[in-house]
Amino acid sequence: MMQATVAETFAKLWTLDKEVLAIAWLSLRVSISAVVLGSAIGIPAGAVVAITTFPGRNGVTAVLNAFMGLPAVVVGLVVYLLLSRSGPLGTLGLLFTPTAMIFAQTILVTPLIAALTRQMIEDADRELGEQLRSMRLSVGQRARTLVVDARFSLVVAVLAAFGRAVSEVGAVLVVGGNIDGHTRTMTTAISLETQKGDLPLALSLGLVLMALVIVVNALASLLRSYAMRTYG
Amino acid sequence: MTAVLPITVRDLSFRPGGRIVLDRLDATITSAGITALIGPNGAGKSVTLRIIDGLLQPDDGTIRFGNRLPQDVRRALVFQRPGLLRASIARNVALALVPWKLSRQAIAERVDQALVAVGLAHRADEAARRLSGGEQQRLALARAWVTEPELLLLDEPTASLDPGATEEIERLIVRMARNGTKVVLVSHNLGQVARLAEDIIVISRGQAVEHGPARRILSAPRSAEAQAYIKGELPWIAFSETRTACSQP
Repeated sequence: MMQATVAETFAKLWTLDKEVLAIAWLSLRVSISAVVLGSAIGIPAGAVVAITTFPGRNGVTAVLNAFMGLPAVVVGLVVYLLLSRSGPLGTLGLLFTPTAMIFAQTILVTPLIAALTRQMIEDADRELGEQLRSMRLSVGQRARTLVVDARFSLVVAVLAAFGRAVSEVGAVLVVGGNIDGHTRTMTTAISLETQKGDLPLALSLGLVLMALVIVVNALASLLRSYAMRTYG
Repeated sequence: MTAVLPITVRDLSFRPGGRIVLDRLDATITSAGITALIGPNGAGKSVTLRIIDGLLQPDDGTIRFGNRLPQDVRRALVFQRPGLLRASIARNVALALVPWKLSRQAIAERVDQALVAVGLAHRADEAARRLSGGEQQRLALARAWVTEPELLLLDEPTASLDPGATEEIERLIVRMARNGTKVVLVSHNLGQVARLAEDIIVISRGQAVEHGPARRILSAPRSAEAQAYIKGELPWIAFSETRTACSQP
């Protein structure tokens, strides 16, 4: 039985099974969108927290760090309540759509990106902050300069967020509903197909997921080493 | 361009966390030439420089630049180890112009002029962090130069450089001073101070204990602190005198 499962798995991958590709594409679309949105919010927010002092800064830092480990299913539940028919955003009609999944994953990854960015920019500020302040750069200009300078390190934060988004199952399952051909992602499909006993499909999706994570990390590693060689 | 003079420092105190770093430091700088701040480690020289720059705020005291407000004076501070971006040499120099909101072309022209001045124009596109220590410090001076500072503050700019690189940096400092920039230099290198400075302020335990012409202070310091510091920092004088004495018949 195991041999047959493995053979069918590789057959699905070799023939570029349409169902596998569609599910993988939706997963990528949702996770990449969430990471882009999370980066757009989390990187500037983390950078500003890193280089400014304000009352409650330590509290904000603690919350960011704590939210790095937000339970995905809880985020899914909160977003479900927001988007459900009787919720404050119910009129938008987004529940059980890819947009709802992107919304939920954005909430999941933004604190992670912000917390990692804060740490990296704080380190960069230790090295360059005095120089930048002596040049009379504003807070915004300093934050932007440090983010650009730490761009190759920040790739790690973005990658960590992508890894979290693409591999989580709780939030997308609750707000997406795992609807075939509409909101079914790799993780929710693997979970469902395993329960149904369609192991070749589950296994082929698992292999695609693993390959994606490995390729993305390898690319990031190459980028970092290129940057270190080029810019020192 | 000596409109920043006199630089009047009055009752400057700095006590971070209750620790006294500057203790009612008084000084009036009137010379248009290079002024050196000397003194032992922890005396408060670098902190004084940072307060003059506006990088640190004193707990008490005032600084005046002639009749002008501090924020109206174009100041540039060069550190012992310049903070460099992971970017090209030109981009690092252009960084100093970010607050100026100039056009791209105006920035490129100014950056080019500054890099020509320090002899790095032909390497503008190279990675700044790949430069040697001396070249990095020349870049730091270009970054100051590009803002056409009226007051240039230098915090041990040659502390980790070899004699050749030191000479190049000193040549640039002198050139900027001759162009009308008022230069205030912190240095432990008394040979350098003798070569560059017109006047010296000796700082000890957060106070200016002596201020006068460089030649007089280096040869005949009056305060006990200045005497001890100069004697301690110039062992080669004692060595030279000993050797001279030994060679006499």
